[in-house]
Amino acid sequence: MNSYLGRKTIDIVARSACLAALLVAIVPLAGVLFYLGAKGISGLSWGLFTELPKPVGEPGGGFANAIVGTVILVAIACSVSLPVGVFAGVYLAEFGGNRFAKAVRFSADVLSGVPSIAVGVFAYTIFVLSMRRFSALAGGFALSIIMLPTITRTTEELIKLVPDSLREAGLALGIPKWRVIISVVLRTGAPGITTGIMLAVARAAGETAPLLFTALNNRYWSLDPIKPIASLPVQIYTYAISPFDDWHRQAWAAALVLVAMVLVLNILARLITYQRGGER
Amino acid sequence: MISLAETGPKPAAAPAALPRHERQMIANGRTADEHKMLAENLHAWFGNTEALKGISFPILRNRVTAIIGPSGCGKSTLIRCYNRMHEVVANARIEGRVLLDGVDIYARGIDPVLVRRRVGMVFQKPNPFPTMSIRDNVLAGLRLNGVRPRYADELVEKALQQAALWEEVKDVLDRSGCSLSGGQQQRLCIARALALEPEVLLMDEPCSALDPIATAKVEELIHELGERYTIVIVTHNMQQAARVSHYTAFLYLGELVEYNLTDTLFTKPNNQRTEEYITGRFG
Amino acid sequence: MRFTVGRESDERDAGRLRLWPAAIGAEVNLGDRLFRILTAAFAALIVLMLAAMAIQMTRASALSLSRFGFGFLVGTDWDPVRESFGALPFIYGTIASSLLALIIAVPISLAIAIYLSELSAAPVRRSLGFVVELLAAIPSVVFGLWGVFVLAPLLRDRIEPALVPFFGGTANGFDLLAAAIILAIMILPTISSVSRDVMAAVPKSQREGALALGATRWETVRVAVLPSARSGIVGAIILGLGRALGETMAVTMVIGNRGEISLSILDPSYSMAAVIANEYTEATGELHLAALSEITLLLFIVTLALNAAARFLVWRVARLPGEKNRL
Repeated sequence: MNSYLGRKTIDIVARSACLAALLVAIVPLAGVLFYLGAKGISGLSWGLFTELPKPVGEPGGGFANAIVGTVILVAIACSVSLPVGVFAGVYLAEFGGNRFAKAVRFSADVLSGVPSIAVGVFAYTIFVLSMRRFSALAGGFALSIIMLPTITRTTEELIKLVPDSLREAGLALGIPKWRVIISVVLRTGAPGITTGIMLAVARAAGETAPLLFTALNNRYWSLDPIKPIASLPVQIYTYAISPFDDWHRQAWAAALVLVAMVLVLNILARLITYQRGGER
Repeated sequence: MISLAETGPKPAAAPAALPRHERQMIANGRTADEHKMLAENLHAWFGNTEALKGISFPILRNRVTAIIGPSGCGKSTLIRCYNRMHEVVANARIEGRVLLDGVDIYARGIDPVLVRRRVGMVFQKPNPFPTMSIRDNVLAGLRLNGVRPRYADELVEKALQQAALWEEVKDVLDRSGCSLSGGQQQRLCIARALALEPEVLLMDEPCSALDPIATAKVEELIHELGERYTIVIVTHNMQQAARVSHYTAFLYLGELVEYNLTDTLFTKPNNQRTEEYITGRFG
Repeated sequence: MRFTVGRESDERDAGRLRLWPAAIGAEVNLGDRLFRILTAAFAALIVLMLAAMAIQMTRASALSLSRFGFGFLVGTDWDPVRESFGALPFIYGTIASSLLALIIAVPISLAIAIYLSELSAAPVRRSLGFVVELLAAIPSVVFGLWGVFVLAPLLRDRIEPALVPFFGGTANGFDLLAAAIILAIMILPTISSVSRDVMAAVPKSQREGALALGATRWETVRVAVLPSARSGIVGAIILGLGRALGETMAVTMVIGNRGEISLSILDPSYSMAAVIANEYTEATGELHLAALSEITLLLFIVTLALNAAARFLVWRVARLPGEKNRL
């Protein structure tokens, strides 16, 4: 065994190394945020939020359609993944002792690890091949698959946290079980479930890969779910790999907008749960 | 809890005086004929553990019946059999009959939900719905059953008054049910059950999570409610049983040892084991 | 269905509920049964989705599977014009960039996890943990953007010239090293937050036992915490590996996209996800599309296996990040 001094030194060195690692990890985060701020803010202009993209190589224009497109895509994704995810989560929490439930849990966990590009290919084979066109619908479907596992498992976990005494209180009032689950259990777990949903939305809103060959991109206004649609992430990608300086500037501005959206969602989501934690 | 060993087997005075003819009938070895509920050879299991081993005794209409016994004797299991809450637990099952107004509530085709609307329950720990206001808690039983109460305000007031909570909360009806003190929460739960106008009210150790002052309030309430409702109360506190009930059943290891008028059971028990228990020699 | 009315009270609100069904039969609990079936159907959709993915991808790659067979995995030629497809360069690029990313990210992540779970005070833990998780929330295309305009020039002008003598290749900034660094940044939150949870799940008594014997903080971590958490940490690393293998945008933007195998980390490379992203929309030949689909299928199967393994390892001690959003 080492001397006391030696052991103490190792202790201090190891602990400092851990702290140093943390700082090292914060550097890229700070770097990304710094450049986003520096290049993004200088690139921001009102026109970006109100105008359509200009033709290739022509400076000016904006990405208003991409912002709207992202919102539409996420809305389509939510309309599928919210009902499916929440109800599947309810099933897992309330009736989930059987082998079928185990299979569902396993599938959800594995699904959350499937590369998003593979999800895009899947959505392509389902929608694009059969409809013979790229569409917002296909993109939304792909995003919904990405959101689904998070929503399902969060719902399950939060419903399991609702104490049994509340279920019993409901049942003892002669309320049918399904109604107890919806009006008492789900309602009690709602803040946490909302948090999970917001985190899932934040993740989906930033996804690019599944949209590349489903929603594709669109230089014009489009609210039509069966037509290609623009989205912020794809717009950033397109602009970033283009050779035009003005597009690079717009890419940074768009990235700033996207990150702001995503971070606000994340922080709001966490505030909801902290607030609830404080009440108890 | 105050052990009876300290105070001796002296019974507390029985609550509301029973009519003389009922007393007479008991003295003649018969039970009063007004059975609101009746357990017949009731067995209950959790998995392979038999928690109740053939229980039979009546619950009389508009009387308070106490179920006492040492922990683990099956008294909570028994009371949960009266409104089919036993089967909510996984692997729980039941044999025998429980009659409510002569109808077996375990008969095929009887919906437990309907049983529970007629037989209300108050639990050991107060469990108001945390997302609902006091008012909504009281109305929950109706609303979640799809009834839009026509006289909601009157109903809330009446239920809270019956639960002796109205004066304390009438100005804060929109506050969360969880903002109340423990004793108030428990009375809110009683009000919530009463709003459904149950015929029978089951209370599973309703005071065990409450302080002495709150306990006194709830006991007083049981007293009053006992005149209009059929009440079954499980308690591990023998003094409480003596204070609030007309009839008492003593359970031991899942079997009914003695069922009797409360003051008889606490003064001249028929059974050796009852005597040992109430004098504090075991349990 | 017949009803008999319970008491005289049907005029009152509560009385409206006191309907005792005289009829015996299927109406009982109908709502509950329907509800259970409905929720089970939704749950089944998740399983079906996964199965449908496997089937669709296999079908889409059938042509390539039958044409190239096993040779697809070892072929190095990728030529859509001559319809000759071998995926080895992409497989190599994917594995090389991911492993390199692990080499960078694992020590840092574990140190962070140890710091957050064992060495820091609660408020520090909370806020820094939050910061690390925010890192995970940044979309990958933003990392890609940063990679293209900040990291790659930095590597090209400042760092790689010094490395060329050791690793060969050229200092151009868009290469395996750039991809690995970006990947490392992206999987760092995953590995560190799952490891932190795994360590936090080690019972307090084990730590106290070591501390009571006079061990220093670090010795406690080494002796009491790490051994118990080992399998969970391995799970966390596998989870990170799964993320790295499937990561698309950031890699596509900085890896250089050249389908040749070079042993130098300073040479451009190509990854499976990147070739799918670049060529899927433009693939016109059926065989080309099938070959790309087969790469997707490969990626799908590998990540499936990795996630199943990680799930098994992590679940014994803690929960996966998907479940971590509770409270």
